[in-house]
Amino acid sequence: MERPLTEHITPGTTLTLKDSLKVGGYDGVRKALKEMAPAEIVNLVKTSNLLGRGGAGFPTGLKWSFVPMGPDAPKTKYLICNADEMEPGTFKDRYLMENNPHQLIAGMIITAYAIQAEKAYIFLRWAYKKSEAVLRNALAEAYAAGYLGKNILGTGFNLDIYIHTSAGRYICGEETALINSLEGKRGIPRAKPPFPAVSGLFGKPTVVNNVETLSWISHIVEKGIDWFKALSLTGEGGTKLMGVSGRVKLPGLWELPLGIPMREVIENYAGGMSDGYRLRAVIPGGASTDFVPVDQIDVKMDYKSLPAIGSRLGTATMIILDDKTCPVAFLHNIERFFAIESCGWCTPCREGLPWVQKILLAIEDGKGKVEDLDILTHHTHYLGPGNTFCAHAPGAMEPLQSGLKYFHEDFMRHINEKHCPWKN
Amino acid sequence: MTDKLKNETMLTDHEKEEILEESKAYPYLKAVCVDALKIVQHHRGWVSDDSIIDIAGFLQMSVHEVDSVATFYSRIYRQPVGRNMILICDSMSCMIMGYEKLYDYISEKLGIRFGGTTTDGRFTLLPISCLGDCHKAPSMMINNELFSLLTKELIDELLIKYE
Repeated sequence: MERPLTEHITPGTTLTLKDSLKVGGYDGVRKALKEMAPAEIVNLVKTSNLLGRGGAGFPTGLKWSFVPMGPDAPKTKYLICNADEMEPGTFKDRYLMENNPHQLIAGMIITAYAIQAEKAYIFLRWAYKKSEAVLRNALAEAYAAGYLGKNILGTGFNLDIYIHTSAGRYICGEETALINSLEGKRGIPRAKPPFPAVSGLFGKPTVVNNVETLSWISHIVEKGIDWFKALSLTGEGGTKLMGVSGRVKLPGLWELPLGIPMREVIENYAGGMSDGYRLRAVIPGGASTDFVPVDQIDVKMDYKSLPAIGSRLGTATMIILDDKTCPVAFLHNIERFFAIESCGWCTPCREGLPWVQKILLAIEDGKGKVEDLDILTHHTHYLGPGNTFCAHAPGAMEPLQSGLKYFHEDFMRHINEKHCPWKN
Repeated sequence: MTDKLKNETMLTDHEKEEILEESKAYPYLKAVCVDALKIVQHHRGWVSDDSIIDIAGFLQMSVHEVDSVATFYSRIYRQPVGRNMILICDSMSCMIMGYEKLYDYISEKLGIRFGGTTTDGRFTLLPISCLGDCHKAPSMMINNELFSLLTKELIDELLIKYE
């Protein structure tokens, strides 16, 4: 089984430029800049069907293809790497940045060339101190070796990459909020259209891609579409970093082919449940994905199979809900997070999420009523897609709607017994 | 406040240099606002009303605009904080792995709840959402360092290292 993104990583040891060059880390850059036209690269990535690895799964090449090109296109364009990893349960981009920073930088160089952007930013989560140190060092190495700066590899292409460390707030991972934040403003999402590819950072065409997405680019350029497609088990293309956290024997992160059954990841890689714990449900890819109940964990981990059972792949870093954790308290924890992190711009999200959180807290504390379940169900529609300014509140409603469905009995026990059965 | 606005900016030369250096990444000065707040906080521990006015003057922004940016971000502190910042992850994986008991332990040990600062100014305790360390939960940060697989014993060992 091939693991292109992580095969050269020895955890805890960062690949230096020298290490990276030894394993051909910049071969893709050389090929792209010297042998390929920008449009060729956009087409290649489009045909590869590389889906965005940040959680939404939007086709990467399609996103790039919206950027105006040619002599009439704006001269200034930007590429932004979204490294604001903050989806609860997600710990994959940190791993790629801390261990193989040049893979990301190489991907950024090729992407910037493909959309003809001469400035790029890495929007990095404040808390990722080690990633910041590693990236700053790797950028300095790349500049010194002529992979960044003016006239890269004598091709006439120029690129500067800047690191912006954020100041906290989950919403900054939403690409238009990220752009506002990078402009020094409050991180509030923007109305779309115009889409960032047309008018983004500082009003210029901008592409925002996730760390894991960008880490793929040099591999695809170098080894081609057929190779990329063959990596996955279900034809979607590529591997995916997948993680498991919670009460399992070996929590961790692995690069696995898209399409691998969820059960296999949990049992074979994460070692199965810890002694004394039973699996109840899985959050497959971060806080904003629907629960997968225990009887459906044979689902394939990919972009099509999970929606077919009412969930999403998201970031593919699973959180295991065990039988000794109260599902109502767990949902309360999730909704508290979303309530706190609402940017406050639109009313349904600003007012609705704290309302949901308070009801869940009341139920958890044994003060809930049966009617509260109707109010919660109402919110899953009222705060759902199309009713709010961005995807924050709809994301918050995903675990709630599936939680209400799968844990109905647990909700009723809290209400009828007037206390949390998980607390003494 | 109006007197202050008329005065020369009180940012130190060092802070101004750092802000200008950071601003080279952007096409105009105002865009450096978040970085400027972080730079001032780095030197002073927090961002006071006076600092907001000073930054606004330096970046030629309105005071309210700078304050609106400052209050948006959770890692910009608009109140004085202790010499060391403890950030306990309170998200899902850390909840499953028992952060609440560790929070109670730290809280009792230091005599403060979330949002509090010890009377000697040594520690401030705040919650933080997912630190991206879920496979090694429960986790927390003290200042710029991440600590994983926390236990009461490990917390005892850690806290004595910070003065």
